Amino acid sequence: MKKILIAFALLALPGLTLASGGEGFPLEKAPIDLHNKASLQKGAKLFVNYCMGCHSLEHQRYNRMGRDIGLTDEQVKNNLIFTGAKIGETMKNAMPKADAKRWFGVAPPDLSVISRSRGVDYLYTYLLTFYQDSTRPYGVNNAAFPNSGMPHVLWELQGMQKPVYETHKDHDGNETKILKEFELVQPGSMSPPQYKEAVTDLVNFLAYVGEPIQLERQRVGIWVILFLGLAFVVFYLLKKEYWKDVH
Amino acid sequence: MANTQGTTGLLGWVDERFPLTKMIREHLTEYYAPKNFNFWYFFGSLALLVLVNQILTGIWLTMSYKPSATDAFASVEYIMRDVDWGWLIRYMHSTGASAFFIVVYLHMFRALIYGSYKKPRELIWIFGVVIFLALMAEAFMGYLLPWGQMSYWGAQVIISLFSAIPGIGPDLSLWIRGDYVISDATLNRFFSLHVIAVPLVLVGLVVAHILALHEVGSNNPDGVEIKKVKGADGKPLDGIPFHPYYTVKDLVGVVVFLIFFSVVIFFMPEMGGYFLEHPNFDPADSMKTPLHIAPVWYFTPFYAMLRAVPDKLGGVITMIGAIVILFFLPWLDRSPVKSIRYRGFPFKLLLAAFVVSFLILGYLGALPTTPGRTDLARISTVIYFAFFFLLPFLPLIEKTKPVPERVT
Repeated sequence: MKKILIAFALLALPGLTLASGGEGFPLEKAPIDLHNKASLQKGAKLFVNYCMGCHSLEHQRYNRMGRDIGLTDEQVKNNLIFTGAKIGETMKNAMPKADAKRWFGVAPPDLSVISRSRGVDYLYTYLLTFYQDSTRPYGVNNAAFPNSGMPHVLWELQGMQKPVYETHKDHDGNETKILKEFELVQPGSMSPPQYKEAVTDLVNFLAYVGEPIQLERQRVGIWVILFLGLAFVVFYLLKKEYWKDVH
Repeated sequence: MANTQGTTGLLGWVDERFPLTKMIREHLTEYYAPKNFNFWYFFGSLALLVLVNQILTGIWLTMSYKPSATDAFASVEYIMRDVDWGWLIRYMHSTGASAFFIVVYLHMFRALIYGSYKKPRELIWIFGVVIFLALMAEAFMGYLLPWGQMSYWGAQVIISLFSAIPGIGPDLSLWIRGDYVISDATLNRFFSLHVIAVPLVLVGLVVAHILALHEVGSNNPDGVEIKKVKGADGKPLDGIPFHPYYTVKDLVGVVVFLIFFSVVIFFMPEMGGYFLEHPNFDPADSMKTPLHIAPVWYFTPFYAMLRAVPDKLGGVITMIGAIVILFFLPWLDRSPVKSIRYRGFPFKLLLAAFVVSFLILGYLGALPTTPGRTDLARISTVIYFAFFFLLPFLPLIEKTKPVPERVT
């Protein structure tokens, strides 16, 4: 049987490194910035419009999100709540798990901590590498997550791309098919750079949701360590004073 | 009214009824410790600090955590998001678990290099090994509580090891789980054991460990007994009162430790997936086995030994043997010299090989197996055990240096 080793070289994407080990796929670094509130707000908007039909954020409260990404409760209510939820509730959706499982093979997972379990680079690469594949139920496959059950929800934005393969022969004559790049066959409403920016915003938002406290945590941490540094000086001098008479 | 301690007032009243001043003297102000403790002697007090940290943060986590298969994962996220400072308490506890093992491993290494397990300190060492075992049980059961994928499948792998025991194995693992798979019943009993049973045992053992230490007195980097050379006042010439000398010195160690501890808590709480494993942010799913199940880093050396043996029962025996053999160390090491400073090259070589093999095993245990890695794990396992089996024969070839009368 021909063993197909798929090493994905997404050469259309800059800043990419090839996986040297052969197996797995190279992930592109997600250029996210948690300090960029505009990006987080755009990401939140994309999430509630495109993802939340299927994916919940059942540990994330709307008002906490608004507070953290720079939106008032009113703004969140008017622009980001489509489910009739109250501002203090968590971001659940109405899709029954059993139906979801029937529709997609697996129930779409809750995404509250997806950025922590998979990593932001994976999410970024995943959202950029849907491609046409007529053998799949929804007509698309994914390079980062082969045979993913998810349809290409953002295809209106990205358009549709088809895979470009390269065939390599090793010393034994075995052929290896390598996914080299993608070719846009049907443009979407966004240009490729615009789409990448939108995906960056979305991944940025998910990175925030994974651990809403993270910026605050680092801010507090600096003070804690400064305090401990000061405490070190005091205790070190105290020790030196006490130990003067030990020879 | 005066008493035997010469205290008056409220303290005197207490001292007539409870040995408060007596205990403070015996264990702090008149406990004479060698004056030449070095870097390696910080880790005992640090282990105590981490134990207190785990108990306190554990109490507060328990206030919001829900030990149920349906709520556990969500309650951890609730602590992370909705409980005031819950994130800090959780990270202090999760980082504390890893810190506990780092500190304890270094503490044990100190005992190895300075021969602190040797006569008359055999019981201190034995209590210490039991503490290490209890700590492993505590960490293992605590790791199930967040109810993530690694919690679930890690517990599944370890509990299924018991089924390898001939005869009673399958029933035993069923009894431990309380179910045919890891389930709500398992989570509940692990919670119970993690928050009350094992901590009680741990605290008791720590008290025994310290009492035994204070009975015989501390060893030191020179491995000489300071009680042998006493001054006219009956106090060891090379000893200094633990308080204030070592309390102020240990405070410096505590602050340095807390700086490292805080860097992890505030800037890298997952520690690159070693302290909090990435797959553990996926909720436990009994229908979805992860491709690669890796225990947390502090178990990886023993996990690597388990996998290195082709037979399941043999692997379990090897893994358990790797810990049980520690109990015999005081009698396996027959050299009269305690400290590595005055021991010969063969001991240094053997100890270095032992440490390197342990580190290699720890590295391999975190990775998926390949034939090459399994071979390396087997060689390392053999070296690990060779340390213990060669120790008794070392005096035949080892030339030790003369040990000084006093500490240097």
